[in-house]
Amino acid sequence: MSQSSVAHKLPDKEPETEISPKDKTLSIVHIAIAFVAFLLGVFGGLLQGLVRGGMIELPSWIGYYQILTLHGVLLALVFTTYIIFGFFFAGMSKTHGAFSDGLRKLGWAGFSVLSLGTVIAAVMMLTNQASVLYTFYAPLQAHWLFYVGLALFVVGTWLSGAALLAHYFKWKKANPGQPTPLFGFMTTATIVLWIVASLGVAATVLLQLIPWALGLTDTINIVLSRTLFWYFGHPLVYFWIMPAYMVWYLVIPKVIGGRLFSSSLARLAFVLFLLFSIPVGFHHQLMESGISGFWKYMQTILTFVVVVPSLLTAFSIFATFEQTGREKGGKGLFSWLKKLPWGDVRFFAPFMGMLIFIPAGAGGIINASFQLNSVVHNTLWVVGHFHLTVGTTVLLTFFGMSYWLIPVLTGRRFTKHANRCGMVQTWLWAIGMFFMSGAMHLLGLVGAPRRTAYATYQDHPQALQWFEGIFTSHVTVAIGGVILTAAGILMFYNFIYLTFLAPKGETEFPMTADPIDTPHTPKYLDNWKLWIGIAIALILFAYTIPIYDMIVNAPPGSPPFSNLIK
Amino acid sequence: MHLHKYEKIWLTFGIGSLILFLAILGFTAFAFGHHPPSELATVDSQNLDKDELFSEPGLKQVGENDYQAVLVAQAFGYNPSTLEIPQGATVEFFVTSADVIHSFTIPGTNVNFMVTPGHVNTATHTFDEAGEILVICNEYCGTGHQFMQMRIEVIPQ
Repeated sequence: MSQSSVAHKLPDKEPETEISPKDKTLSIVHIAIAFVAFLLGVFGGLLQGLVRGGMIELPSWIGYYQILTLHGVLLALVFTTYIIFGFFFAGMSKTHGAFSDGLRKLGWAGFSVLSLGTVIAAVMMLTNQASVLYTFYAPLQAHWLFYVGLALFVVGTWLSGAALLAHYFKWKKANPGQPTPLFGFMTTATIVLWIVASLGVAATVLLQLIPWALGLTDTINIVLSRTLFWYFGHPLVYFWIMPAYMVWYLVIPKVIGGRLFSSSLARLAFVLFLLFSIPVGFHHQLMESGISGFWKYMQTILTFVVVVPSLLTAFSIFATFEQTGREKGGKGLFSWLKKLPWGDVRFFAPFMGMLIFIPAGAGGIINASFQLNSVVHNTLWVVGHFHLTVGTTVLLTFFGMSYWLIPVLTGRRFTKHANRCGMVQTWLWAIGMFFMSGAMHLLGLVGAPRRTAYATYQDHPQALQWFEGIFTSHVTVAIGGVILTAAGILMFYNFIYLTFLAPKGETEFPMTADPIDTPHTPKYLDNWKLWIGIAIALILFAYTIPIYDMIVNAPPGSPPFSNLIK
Repeated sequence: MHLHKYEKIWLTFGIGSLILFLAILGFTAFAFGHHPPSELATVDSQNLDKDELFSEPGLKQVGENDYQAVLVAQAFGYNPSTLEIPQGATVEFFVTSADVIHSFTIPGTNVNFMVTPGHVNTATHTFDEAGEILVICNEYCGTGHQFMQMRIEVIPQ
């Protein structure tokens, strides 16, 4: 049965289409690299926690900030990007049919360029020529090859993104007038967001950093480079969260035995993310000079608008839970909760992610609150915050996805053993994060800085209290880090087990049946020209005048400072 | 597009609280002038010795109880590295960087701003309690970042 008739007849089950074996290979290679990067990144985090807590000292041949750079790049950039593209290639093949040979080749080309960039950047970091952290703020200067690696990384994602977009629009052209499948719609929103956002980082890397690092230009405009970075840096977090939301919207309803609540609301939420997650980068720059208070406030307003699609998502997901729980006989105000599959890690891991997104989101609102930001800016509070958002909500959702996606791709069975390991993994991760992120939040409130090696500031009482609290202490952070490392190793075992060891067999790719309102999906929601046009208009509104000011009123630029990082 | 009744209530409540929240932020910002530090003045970071303000960093008394502190951040310290001020004084800090990005942060207070080369940043604080106040850099500035600090001695009056 073709997708087009699905929308009309609304069967209870999606047709069981197999993913083409060639697409499976492309997907699993991405996921394998993601998990290797994950394991290395976790060990980096462990070392940081132990050093910062004053428990160990690093040998002289490796630096704290070198490990910090590796930890950030491996987890925030490499793990996320690879697992997201792995998910997209598999899901698009499943829902839109096999990729054509040409598009699959484009996907492999993207993978190759992405991986070449990753390797170049990794060599520079490992040889301590790029200890500039994953935000690489100028005028600290890394080796020029590090920036070339970053540029290749971004170009690789554009090629892979082009393959995914072409596959979606091919389907759209072949099925005129039909609402596009939700998986493709959401993938497209995410990839369009990524491409529009990464133009900013590409601009600073290609036009500012590489010429400057090669010595072709003497100086660099600092505020402009930071602004271009954060134009990219905030939508980057939506590039992580939107695929996680796709698991919540499209996979979880099937796992719990129901169907998604509404197609239109799901599409609307993703469109709002596309529109409002880009013109907001100044909320990362609230505490710096060179940007007027007025434009900071404008972008603060736009920042808060992006809360709306998260409210929509929360409603849709919990409405799906309640609807399903009641269909299964759950009654009363809350007893439908009992009907949810709490012992199934494919549900439980993402659910813990959702639960933790509540305090994580509340913390985010505090961070973005304009004047209030001075209390927490660059303190450990911020680190605690994103270890909840990306480090728990997104990661646990991706883990929950891996338990079925990996065996689907490797032709193995998701066994009871795998489920049990997954449940233990989820609890360990949540408990470890409670200690680590909880202590980080509180340490931040009493002023402990982020991105700083072990320091007691000549035993100043203010700094010593960061080690002496019962819970509010760098030692608690380290203990949480040890628990998280155990959880990380267990997750890597789960990956190895599901890739190489589990018994051969069938595993389901859970995908919700189309919501009942699918045939009534308003046509304008599928109108990409409209949404991309509005997104660009908002970006031009939020950035044109401030960027013009940064260029016209620029102070003399900064020369490089590469000696400070070695 | 159909919205469930509960969803309408949920979104109205959610969006309503956002608007209220933003209105409060905006009111304090524009009516009381509580902006985050957003100074627009520029300097030549590589020629601070020729700058009118930053060629002579230090403390200046500008009123009965009001002071101006001019500081230069440079890896991995501040110039001057100590300031002595009387208890109860209100100090307006003017800070810039001679090299990379730093911060000027007094933990436990609202004085916590970025110091970017080429720009001046400011904050004002009243020191009501006597003692030795710690100032740190909380933006990564190189291998010795964790050593970057200074002191403000608040002398009891």
